[in-house]
Amino acid sequence: MLKIGQEQLELLERLTNACAVSGDEGAVRKIVLEEVKPHADKVKVDAMGNVLVTCLGDAAKGGGERLKVMVAAHMDEVGFMIISDEKEGLYRFSCVGGLDPRQLVGKSLWVGKKRVPGVIGAKPIHLTKREERKRAVSLDSMRIDVGPENGSKVKVGDMATFSTKFTRLGKSIRAKALDDRFGVATLIELVKHAPKNIDLLAAFTVQEEVGLRGAGVAAYTFDPDLGFALDCTPARDFLPWDDEDENASYNTRLGDGPAIYTADSSTLSNPRLIKYLVSTAEELGIPYQLRQPGGGGTDAGAIHRQRMGIPSVTVSVPARYLHTAALISRVADWEATLALMHEALGRLGAGDEVLGIRD
Amino acid sequence: MIKTLELLKELISAPGLSGFEGPVSQIITEAWEPITDELQTSRVGSLHGLQRGTGAEPRPKILLATHMDAIGLMVAGYAGDCLRITSIGGVDHRVLPGQLVTVHGREALPGVVAQPPANLLPVEDAKAPVILNHLLVDVGLTAEELRQKVRLGDVISFAQEPLEMGKNILAGHSLDNRASVVALSLALEDLQTRSHAWDVWAVATVQEEETMAGAKTSTFGLRPDIAVAIDVTFAEGPGAPKHQAFPLGKGITLGWGSTVHPALYAKFKEIAQELEIPFAMEPLPGRSGTDADALQVSAMGVPTMVLSIPLRYMHTPVEMIGIKDVKRIGRLLAEFIVRLPLDFMETLVWED
Repeated sequence: MLKIGQEQLELLERLTNACAVSGDEGAVRKIVLEEVKPHADKVKVDAMGNVLVTCLGDAAKGGGERLKVMVAAHMDEVGFMIISDEKEGLYRFSCVGGLDPRQLVGKSLWVGKKRVPGVIGAKPIHLTKREERKRAVSLDSMRIDVGPENGSKVKVGDMATFSTKFTRLGKSIRAKALDDRFGVATLIELVKHAPKNIDLLAAFTVQEEVGLRGAGVAAYTFDPDLGFALDCTPARDFLPWDDEDENASYNTRLGDGPAIYTADSSTLSNPRLIKYLVSTAEELGIPYQLRQPGGGGTDAGAIHRQRMGIPSVTVSVPARYLHTAALISRVADWEATLALMHEALGRLGAGDEVLGIRD
Repeated sequence: MIKTLELLKELISAPGLSGFEGPVSQIITEAWEPITDELQTSRVGSLHGLQRGTGAEPRPKILLATHMDAIGLMVAGYAGDCLRITSIGGVDHRVLPGQLVTVHGREALPGVVAQPPANLLPVEDAKAPVILNHLLVDVGLTAEELRQKVRLGDVISFAQEPLEMGKNILAGHSLDNRASVVALSLALEDLQTRSHAWDVWAVATVQEEETMAGAKTSTFGLRPDIAVAIDVTFAEGPGAPKHQAFPLGKGITLGWGSTVHPALYAKFKEIAQELEIPFAMEPLPGRSGTDADALQVSAMGVPTMVLSIPLRYMHTPVEMIGIKDVKRIGRLLAEFIVRLPLDFMETLVWED
């Protein structure tokens, strides 16, 4: 089974340290193209900026029967756009993608393609009143501040991200944008070790965080038999504040392995694909967990409704603190995700024996 | 030769929370060893550096106080694989979620401040800030590993790296008050090659952010004739309107109010004007909120002055200063001291 070693961790480090806010995925696209080109039969960057990679199976050479399997991972991340220049290095900004305003103050940022250092400050506590501290700092009052000397290096329209650098924490990882560089790194590994029983159609998608936009057109182009989305999903497995009640809505738990989606706001996962992933994991002793049905959405939401319908499912690496400056995740969960996906794809039959999807 | 930016970055990369100043004291010791005649550590941990004057003994003494401690967090308990926390110094809980931190357990453990989801908290408003008691710190360990490596009372420092924002602007945590420590170091370096009649006691004080225990006890022990507290003040910017703040990087402030001896203020002002060091008068109507509040009332009372560096986003991990202001304070301190005559105290009179 595929493993996560130093090489894979270094790739994830490069990917998470790169900045790719939705609509501005170039920095990640560049890494993806470098990594996949030597291993692909065909690589195309489409009209939206998706990277579409084809790895043909053995049967393709003789025109034989095989499944065309699309696997998607989104390259973009949530972040900020500079919307107004207030001079002296101060800027108004808007959030791109879903961000909690309570996670923004007191953070450092990389602004623009030159990664100019910036901060989102906060009013000194000394100047606040007790009542004021009971309310969240409003987005309207926040500014991105690159300092009075660097104002000329930033312009309206520039994107910004948190400037968190990838760090190993023992068996865990702390980084920004693990949502969804985990998926991107996993998909790069799958391309490098592409199963020969299928045509692997790898879609490194854009603009997932602003409405699953890239995945829809990628699925149209690929016209696959099956769709998998690789993503990153919250582990909200904390103890309740009083240590007494049960945490009944944890979504997923760190350390329990890849999260196979049942249902989220965007997709009811294909039950046969859920069953197939579960049985593959159980047969091989790969840990897995079923993500609690709930909110959220992944590229599967756009894929499964494309063309005449594409049976789809999502598999995510569980992580804490999605859409904040720093996520924490376990290397073992990533490794099990990669292993499960590689084994599951590698065991797909040519027709309907496994899935009953072609009759 | 002190490299201002390098020393600043080194000092704000070190922990050294109030009561736990060891790591930062070590760095200051190394910086001060070549530029002082004598170094000692007080019973509560403040660092005293002496530069002897040229006057006949017993010489008058000036004490220059910069606090070296920093605000931060402390481990208050365990919550599964996370830590419950409390604060050291004035921390606005609203700047904490998502902050990078280092937990100083049996080893230094990088982590992050976690904001648990509202459904696990006793809150009515899911969008309200999560109070300190409900925030957690996650270092990526399992519950069992965590209990082996972290104990109650271990300190947690901010891990924001220094940010150079052009040549003259620096941001990071603990610039309050490590920026002033650097200003004082520059003054000591300058004074080392110049003649001054007075003894100069440079003091890096402890625990300013909590009890001012350092400033109070060092002043009692050293019995200076006059004292100066060097600290930071509010710089104009988001959250700090003009009437409460001073322009960033465009000059220092001279404190004025009950904490400050008016004749000392007048002398500092005169020298700043003479040297064309840009400054503003900072009204301090009540407590100064600096070590000066302790210096002034030590023993029989000490004529005290307050000098400050304007700083944005005070008590957040992204405090921001102008480096020129650090140098300006260093220069003003040195120039004040070389101009101090042995009989200065006789001229320090109340003009009523």
